[in-house]
Amino acid sequence: MSLETPLDLLKLNLDEQVYVKLRGARSLVGTLQAFDSHCNIVLSDAIETIYELDDEGDLQSVERNSEMIFVRGDTVTLITTPDEE
Amino acid sequence: MSEFTPINPKPYLRELAQKPIVVTLKFNKTQYKGTLVSTDNYFNIQLSDAEEVVNGESKGKIGDIFIRCNNVLYIGEDLEKKKKAIVVPEEQEKVEPTIAQS
Repeated sequence: MSLETPLDLLKLNLDEQVYVKLRGARSLVGTLQAFDSHCNIVLSDAIETIYELDDEGDLQSVERNSEMIFVRGDTVTLITTPDEE
Repeated sequence: MSEFTPINPKPYLRELAQKPIVVTLKFNKTQYKGTLVSTDNYFNIQLSDAEEVVNGESKGKIGDIFIRCNNVLYIGEDLEKKKKAIVVPEEQEKVEPTIAQS
């Protein structure tokens, strides 16, 4: 029990859909292919959502799709499963 | 001679495991409330039943989450939940006499 670490949650989610919250009002949803102890992450079939405030101050979002994407660990704030978000 | 036993960070966090805690992030006035599942040497955090709170407003339940260590400002016990756990049995005790009167 005490041997369990937070990164084990990622291990359980390998090859599953994950929601990754990033610095700078960005988030990613994709299939977790790989990760390491720095939280460097490889996702496949990922959708990146970038949130921005427009001139009127309303929240806008832009989406981008990637077949395979590498995310540098230092931008990651939070990782969870997507359906609950 | 006064006895001083220091509480070190790691044993303290180990004590908090399986208890409700609040994790405050350095950014966006964000807090995560949930049950501490595990921590590691970097103080990465895993929560279950987590709830996101931004600016004091709940943004809803998000379930199991992993928080990367660098984003954490501080970690503490969820005192509100601790209070509720104590208050609830007291209220039940108060109810009983009123039932007896009626």
